[in-house]
Amino acid sequence: MSLSAHSVSQPLGVHAEHIAFIWHAMLGACGLMYALLLGFLVMTLLRQHRSAPAGVELEKRIERTLILWVGLIVVGLCGLTLASFLTDRALVRAASEPQIALRVIGHQWWWQVEYVDADNSQNVRTANEIHLPVGAQVHIALSSDDVIHSFWVPNLNGKRDLIPGRSTEIRLQPLTTGRFRGFCAEFCGVQHAYMQFEVIVESAQEFAAWKARQLAGAVTPTDPLRQAGRDVFERAACPLCHAIAGTNAAASTGPDLSHFASRRLLAAGALTNTRDHLRAWLQNPQRVKPGNHMPVVDLPGRDMTALVAYLGSLQ
Amino acid sequence: MCSRCRVLSAAIVLLALAGCQREKRHFEAPPGTDFPPTQVTMSPLVTGVSATAFREQQTHIYEDNAYHLSEGKRLFSWFNCAGCHGHGGGNIGPALMDEEWIYGGDIDAIYLTIAQGRPNGMPAFAGRIPAQQIWQLAAYVRSLGGHGPKAARPSRDDHIQIPAEQGRRDEPVVPAPADPSQ
Amino acid sequence: MSAPRDGEDFDEASTAQQLTRTWATPRGWWGALATVDHKDIARRYLVTAGVFFVGAGMLAFVMRLQLSRAENTLIGPDLYNQLFTMHGTTMMFLFAVPVMQAVAIYLVPLIAGTRAIAFPRLTAFSYWIYVFGGVMVWVAFALNIGPDAGWFAYTPLSGPQYSPGKRVDFWAQMITYTEVSGLATAVSIVATILKMRAPGMSLSRMPLFLWAMLVTNLMVLFAMPAVMLASSFLIMDRLVGTHFFNAAEGGDALLWQHLFWFFGHPEVYIIFIPALGMVSSIVATAARRPIFAYPLMVLALIAISFMAFGLWVHHMFATGLPRLGNSFYTAASMAISLPSGVQIFCWIATLYLGKARFNVALLFVIGFIVIFVLGGLTGVMLASVPLDLQLHDTYFVVAHFHYVLIGGAVFPLIGAVYYWYPKVVGRLLSERLGKWNFWTLFIGFNVTFFPMHYLGLAGMPRRIYTYASGLGWDGLNLLATLGASLLGVGVLLLLVNMIRSARVGPLASPNPWEAGTLEWATTSPPPPYNFPHIPLVTADEPLWRERDHLSVMRGLRLDKRELVVTTVVEARADLREPVARPSLWPLLTAIATGGMFLASIFSPWAVVAGAAPIAVAMIGWFWPDQPPRADGEDPEP
Repeated sequence: MSLSAHSVSQPLGVHAEHIAFIWHAMLGACGLMYALLLGFLVMTLLRQHRSAPAGVELEKRIERTLILWVGLIVVGLCGLTLASFLTDRALVRAASEPQIALRVIGHQWWWQVEYVDADNSQNVRTANEIHLPVGAQVHIALSSDDVIHSFWVPNLNGKRDLIPGRSTEIRLQPLTTGRFRGFCAEFCGVQHAYMQFEVIVESAQEFAAWKARQLAGAVTPTDPLRQAGRDVFERAACPLCHAIAGTNAAASTGPDLSHFASRRLLAAGALTNTRDHLRAWLQNPQRVKPGNHMPVVDLPGRDMTALVAYLGSLQ
Repeated sequence: MCSRCRVLSAAIVLLALAGCQREKRHFEAPPGTDFPPTQVTMSPLVTGVSATAFREQQTHIYEDNAYHLSEGKRLFSWFNCAGCHGHGGGNIGPALMDEEWIYGGDIDAIYLTIAQGRPNGMPAFAGRIPAQQIWQLAAYVRSLGGHGPKAARPSRDDHIQIPAEQGRRDEPVVPAPADPSQ
Repeated sequence: MSAPRDGEDFDEASTAQQLTRTWATPRGWWGALATVDHKDIARRYLVTAGVFFVGAGMLAFVMRLQLSRAENTLIGPDLYNQLFTMHGTTMMFLFAVPVMQAVAIYLVPLIAGTRAIAFPRLTAFSYWIYVFGGVMVWVAFALNIGPDAGWFAYTPLSGPQYSPGKRVDFWAQMITYTEVSGLATAVSIVATILKMRAPGMSLSRMPLFLWAMLVTNLMVLFAMPAVMLASSFLIMDRLVGTHFFNAAEGGDALLWQHLFWFFGHPEVYIIFIPALGMVSSIVATAARRPIFAYPLMVLALIAISFMAFGLWVHHMFATGLPRLGNSFYTAASMAISLPSGVQIFCWIATLYLGKARFNVALLFVIGFIVIFVLGGLTGVMLASVPLDLQLHDTYFVVAHFHYVLIGGAVFPLIGAVYYWYPKVVGRLLSERLGKWNFWTLFIGFNVTFFPMHYLGLAGMPRRIYTYASGLGWDGLNLLATLGASLLGVGVLLLLVNMIRSARVGPLASPNPWEAGTLEWATTSPPPPYNFPHIPLVTADEPLWRERDHLSVMRGLRLDKRELVVTTVVEARADLREPVARPSLWPLLTAIATGGMFLASIFSPWAVVAGAAPIAVAMIGWFWPDQPPRADGEDPEP
């Protein structure tokens, strides 16, 4: 499944389709006005080479053109305002019956994602990645833990800010399967650039399978290397910020790592989640993503190998 | 160069150094500053500096730097130091804002307190918290008592009281049922 | 013997000699620091703003270099954030608004046909405050205390918790400096336009340039207090521990955005409306006829200024404010394109009806129309709530406002440089170099900024210091960087032309373009007293109607600084008014005020302690230096 071109003009969700409609309407109307005005300008420039004197008659004609021009602008603006208003109403109506409820909390510089179910045991917690079944109506409650962020998946919908002290909401309804890149759109500090995430839209079965795996708890290592890796994880600085279900790590200031290896991106989009990248990241997070809140943890090479192997197995 | 110009340029250079030092964001620890003081006292040969010089160096690097102090402040809340020490006023653990130090109030002493723990409740965090972060915490703890330049110290908190999960102000407020006895 | 007056007693040479003695700025360092001549102050303002423009432009070029390829490591995020904050802050607060006000300080008294600006000492004070504020924030930047929270400094990112150190405090105080300066200048310009126009220049005959400057500076008076309030709240949050923007204690992060954009949106028009005045002057002169539909143009200016205050929420559509309310701001934001559309039409119509003479100034006006209209139309797109939710905070917006601000303000400004340079310097700019200048700027600008529309649509957010390759952004970013180098060459050509022509350009006659407004009635450059005799305005374009012999009024004192105050609407001569002489007090007051602002970054007590020197300086400033006039004579029109 490859990453879709994350473009506003490639709508792959209900909301984005509505917005793409208004985009094309605007492009048409504004393009026409621009062409008319440039045409007038070109006519004026061409006219300078002829020596037709400007009489009263010509002035009257221009006056009439001006009235026409004003009329055209007024009609155009009214039309666009109305179209914009109706689109906005359509956005409100779209996906109004939530089938999936999520809570997304913005942190400097990663996304905490929680699937909220009426049955608490069905809640799933992950980070920087949202899995959705295709066609589902999704409501996402947005809040921020620190500064203002903005949640944006260009293919699916416009953006919505996450503001400390306020709660906001965004709705999605993806129409095709695929991987869609999401961004933080509001400047939020040093690593605003790498506060990205991915929305993975898959079939209902795939989604159910994914969710079942997330609910299952973390993989318990069986081979000595990965067991050693888990010991390193529990012993070193990691549990102070991170959580892995079934270990002593239960902190929530950093992303939940219970199913870390199932995610495609590392460090909120700074790297893809491969073994080499993971090692580079753990050895010096500040070189990969300067200024982020993950400290440099000095581990001997053997421990690092074990830790990378352990984390890489957390499907 | 006239003497006035010389004085002026010296002042500017000093100002520049002070400014750079105070505002620099050290995302990684500068070399030679992220190991614990025990290494210095146990083996001066390792580093070539005396314990006193090392203390002064760390005080200067961490306490005079606004970024380190604010990082220390963030970690103080992340690692739930406030759970025992309050916001410096003390609770289960001793207060940190006063001038009374049970185990010494220098930055390296506070480092050791955090790293090695102390009897009666203070856990040891060595191996848990990386050295640079302990230095940041130690500097912040000292700043609570007014040490270090005022221009570098963090000001008020933005949001201790309301974590994101509860920070929903616009939820409908359910009015309490009227008390019939009134 | 009675006091010498402008009249039959003295011939032209003797009048000029006496006026020069009265009005000339003293030589030497005292004169340089104490000058209250609006032309001296404006020249300083222009040069200072130009320096800031070039500085901020260089920052932009470094940013473009960083973004020229994916995962570039030329500069890190910390410096990048300082760069774009300094770029935006400098361009908006230290270049765009001051440079427009500087043009007004120079030209308004000349076009209004008077001898000085109203409140000349206040104008001098405003320059000093401006330069102190600008130098302060740039010195801070050089010392790695450059603000890094964006030129909009959204709380809580700019608050005490997330912006450690003094970086944002310097930013907040820089705002205070420049706003004090902007307000002081605005008051002077408004008073000059309303009360000091040459007799006979009624409101209905006032050139569009004066209308534009009047409207702009009235807007400054209403918009800028909002941002001063906001920046003061911010520095109090940071320094004193108040909770204006702290949601946890009953403050609100959105309060900042409302206050900031209530200023920030009118700010765009404060930058843009003066440019409309410049364009009107250039077009009328080039077409050799008055602007088509003058009353409509005036109404359009006034309409824009009122509407500009009702649009600010379109910067906040994504914050989740009530949706229906947002739609009203959509309508308002779209409506403002009506007066702008009318104006554009009228300029083209003026050229159409006239017999245009092509010079570089007009070339820049044509460039302005082509670029600005495109920016205006993307503005219409951004006014729509649903579409804005997609485009907000992407490179589409970056493209939009550079089209509006560079196209709408910088192109007319450069046109104005080509147009008024001979008046200010006394020599003409090279037209040949000017054409090169225009085409490099025009092409460079479009190559830099047009691709950004597409980048925004393709999902590139603003204010990112780098991006991963494979997102489809690489090629266009490289193209934009190449365009930026061409843009840089264009600016360089302009500077070369200005510096070279100041020495070797052909000498300018009083009216090289055969324009119709009063600034061309005096020599190039104008004498310290502007006009030997105060002109009497009998027609819309006095120099066209009375080409050979301009009506003048006589009777002003030659041995004292004096000018005529006229009535607001009809511009009937009303009073003779004494004008302040050169003084060091504005500088001393500015030093005292600046010192107080600077110290209050570090301690709130500086506000208390700093009040005393300011009080002393103000007392010195307003100490009556001559006995009240006893002659009580009426002016003789």
